Amino acid sequence: MSKEMSTADAISMKKKSQFGDFVRRFKKNKGGIVGLLIIVMFLICALFPAQLVGEDYYSQDLSNRYCHPNAEHIFGTDELGRDVLTRMVWGARTSLEISLSAVAVSCILGTIVGCIAGFYGGVTDNILMRIMDVLMAIPSTLLGISIVAAFGSSIYVLIFAMGISSIAGFSRICRSSVITIRDQEYIEAARATGASDFRIITKYVLPNALAPIIVQISMSIAASILSISGLSFIGLGVPAPTPEWGSMLSNGRQVIRDHAYIVIFPGVAIMLAVFAFNLLGDGLRDALDPRLKS
Amino acid sequence: MANNILEIKDLTIHYVTDQETVKAVNGISLQIAEGESLGLVGETGAGKTTTALGIMRLVPDPPGRVIGGEIIYKGEDLMKKSEHEMRSIRGHQISMIFQDPMTALNPVETVGYQIAEVIRLHQNLSKRDAELKAMEMMELVGIEGARAGEYPHQFSGGMKQRIVIAMALACDPSLLLADEPTTALDVTIQEQVLDLIDNLKKQFNTSMLLITHDLGIVAEVCDKVAIMYAGEIVEYGTLEHIYNNTSHPYTQGLFGSIPNFNSKTHRLKPIKGLMPDPANLPDGCVFADRCPHAKDECRSGKLVTKEIEPGHLVRCRLFE
Amino acid sequence: MAEDKKTMLQVEELTKFFKTPRGDLHAVDHVNFSIKEGQTLGVVGESGCGKSTLGRTVIHLHEKTSGKIWFDGKDISDVTKPQLKELRRDMQMIFQDPFSSLNPRMSVSQLIAEPLLIYKETKNSNELAQRVGQLMDTVGLAARLSNAYPHELDGGRRQRIGVARALALNPKFIVCDEPVSALDVSIQAQIINLMQDLQEERNLTYMFITHDMSVVRHISNDIMVMYLGCAVEFADSEEMFRQRLHPYTKALLSAVPIPEIGAKKERKVIKGELTSPINPGDECRFAKRCPFASEECFHKTPALEEVVPGHFVACHKVREINDIQA
Repeated sequence: MSKEMSTADAISMKKKSQFGDFVRRFKKNKGGIVGLLIIVMFLICALFPAQLVGEDYYSQDLSNRYCHPNAEHIFGTDELGRDVLTRMVWGARTSLEISLSAVAVSCILGTIVGCIAGFYGGVTDNILMRIMDVLMAIPSTLLGISIVAAFGSSIYVLIFAMGISSIAGFSRICRSSVITIRDQEYIEAARATGASDFRIITKYVLPNALAPIIVQISMSIAASILSISGLSFIGLGVPAPTPEWGSMLSNGRQVIRDHAYIVIFPGVAIMLAVFAFNLLGDGLRDALDPRLKS
Repeated sequence: MANNILEIKDLTIHYVTDQETVKAVNGISLQIAEGESLGLVGETGAGKTTTALGIMRLVPDPPGRVIGGEIIYKGEDLMKKSEHEMRSIRGHQISMIFQDPMTALNPVETVGYQIAEVIRLHQNLSKRDAELKAMEMMELVGIEGARAGEYPHQFSGGMKQRIVIAMALACDPSLLLADEPTTALDVTIQEQVLDLIDNLKKQFNTSMLLITHDLGIVAEVCDKVAIMYAGEIVEYGTLEHIYNNTSHPYTQGLFGSIPNFNSKTHRLKPIKGLMPDPANLPDGCVFADRCPHAKDECRSGKLVTKEIEPGHLVRCRLFE
Repeated sequence: MAEDKKTMLQVEELTKFFKTPRGDLHAVDHVNFSIKEGQTLGVVGESGCGKSTLGRTVIHLHEKTSGKIWFDGKDISDVTKPQLKELRRDMQMIFQDPFSSLNPRMSVSQLIAEPLLIYKETKNSNELAQRVGQLMDTVGLAARLSNAYPHELDGGRRQRIGVARALALNPKFIVCDEPVSALDVSIQAQIINLMQDLQEERNLTYMFITHDMSVVRHISNDIMVMYLGCAVEFADSEEMFRQRLHPYTKALLSAVPIPEIGAKKERKVIKGELTSPINPGDECRFAKRCPFASEECFHKTPALEEVVPGHFVACHKVREINDIQA
């Protein structure tokens, strides 16, 4: 019947794909791009610290304590004569490693909980979300402190502690977008073709609920970088001698009057990382869902 | 013939974005005489609503841009009016009824207040008098005035559309632009609303531009018809001209596409294909791609609108 | 009517209530009908009359409250999950809104392939691509559109995807829920013709739900008019358009604007609006708007009865109004 080509066909095909649209919108967002560049910088540090600053972040050189920034040690040395720059670059690895894994844990668990609660609703929803409410009621730092205090401080315990504390956030965000998608007609259409619940959730609900989750990932990474630093600062974070921004900050704090650089550089790193992930999150939100912007 | 209350000459409106220029309205001309109703008929994307927004000078800019043309209302060109002057014309002299009554009302104000607000904006009445007038208007559209203190969500769809109509008529406008006023309503409610519009129009001698896609509604309430396709008016005339001497192939196609209510036909005769993308209109006749009578000469050059009988205009090569 | 044809779908006393905070909403209230193979039943009514719920309940998208459904000779009133999945091969649905009934993250070919994948109809990806290609051809979608996403297409094409998807498993019966209401008239005619062609080719049975009287007359063999969850009139389409017996049907049909000059001779504007059928009492649901209502109508729900051979009406006053001998 309408097999004839019309100009409208050719035009509709010319339009960009959804991903292309997203990239185009993201590119327009300067903040997002800046955030992304900073993150890429930190990622390079985290992936190739040895190539950038060498492997030696631990050996002490007590003759060179508290060297102020100079040509040899651009960021100076700390109380044990270790190069601050080297430790910061390696610290990026620690911070990103822990925060990315922690967010991965909470994202996966939170999304599963949120999807099930949102999709099935009713009693299931009630039970799951009340559990999440209990999790939310405990301040996340406090939860982290008690978990680390109970299990001892290691990277895995940290990941677990951070992960648990942000599950609730993910599950709530996921649930709310699943609820709006659940009532769309294409879900009913899928059901009418005989699709199983699992298929509907994975192929219909999740891909459409992804946008806010991606934004939340970015924001959560920022939050967990802060929490790790916080825990390390009070000595419950990564055990020495693994370099970590928070513990560097804590070590430098006694000598802040004379050797402020020891505190300033890791402090700026924490700030930049958090800032960058937040900027990226905002940029992603605008690009993924243009309606939210106004 | 009576004086023309509205005359549009060569109105052209485009939407310009970074990527493309959407040619929504391309040089349309039409007249509405005092007390007359013109039906503007066309499919989605034909440029009907843009035309109405153009008359009100409400085309969102950017991306909308009025490229050219004149809109002469009571002898004055609206295109030359300042924004301030336009504001006193909108709602007062020319008012508009939108398609969706659900979104046209503010959910947090009472309906009485909303009608009164329009009245106070344009007429020098005290708050009390405006509210009384609002209740009067509600009675006029068939809603008890006592319900003026209720909020929009307490009314059904048909009732909300009545309130929107009351708002539009509150200042006794001389021209009413109705953009698909009954599309969101059920047939029996549509019947009630059309009946109401028809009666009020006669009572106030209001002229009306009725935008619709339904040729049935036009036959019921309009005196003249303009058929719009891809931003152009392809056929224009009285009801008699359009319904009984259908001349443009697109109009013929529209009639062929409607299942006949009175006798059962075996097959419909649809128009093949789709409306051209308004960002990429073909050369020559915009309908040529879908036209059963299209010849090579239809695909190039500029078409002229020809008067094939007094008052019946057709824009088609077949009649040139 | 062709008497030799077998009955494809039969529904007896089908009822669907929704629980609301204010009581039970009687969306479908003891409805009976049957459709013969290869024929079309048009279900007409205004928004909120339960016509969509009826269609969805018949194919088990909603769980019925009570009643019986026979499909192709089998009782399908109560089915288990695996039985339901098998049943869905034969019963499909076309949705009203081609804008919201397609997953925006899937391309045209993925959308059409979905039912074939769910039922593991094809052995390998080559066969799948071939089947999808055939389906696109059947519904008149150009092959080059296979990688397009729904948002890039116009309403008519999207609805063609909906039709292709419903056809993928070679069903016997399709519930069409306002399949052309969201489309422009010229496109609407294309889709109606497509659906009629497919019905002839494949001997499909349709349940065609719509509020558009002209469309329903065009496509249906039988017509059922619904009002607030109840069937008020049932007849074959010729009979229905020759004489309307129920006062609601009369008003409904006279309200349809006809694209002819002076077509409207008598306006039967009915007062009032649809109410919601929450906990309705024992009364005729139309009584409050009916110009002929009497005492009886407010105290007893009328049953559907055969007033003229083949013409069923649920109205106490039908004989009186239409001057028919009992």
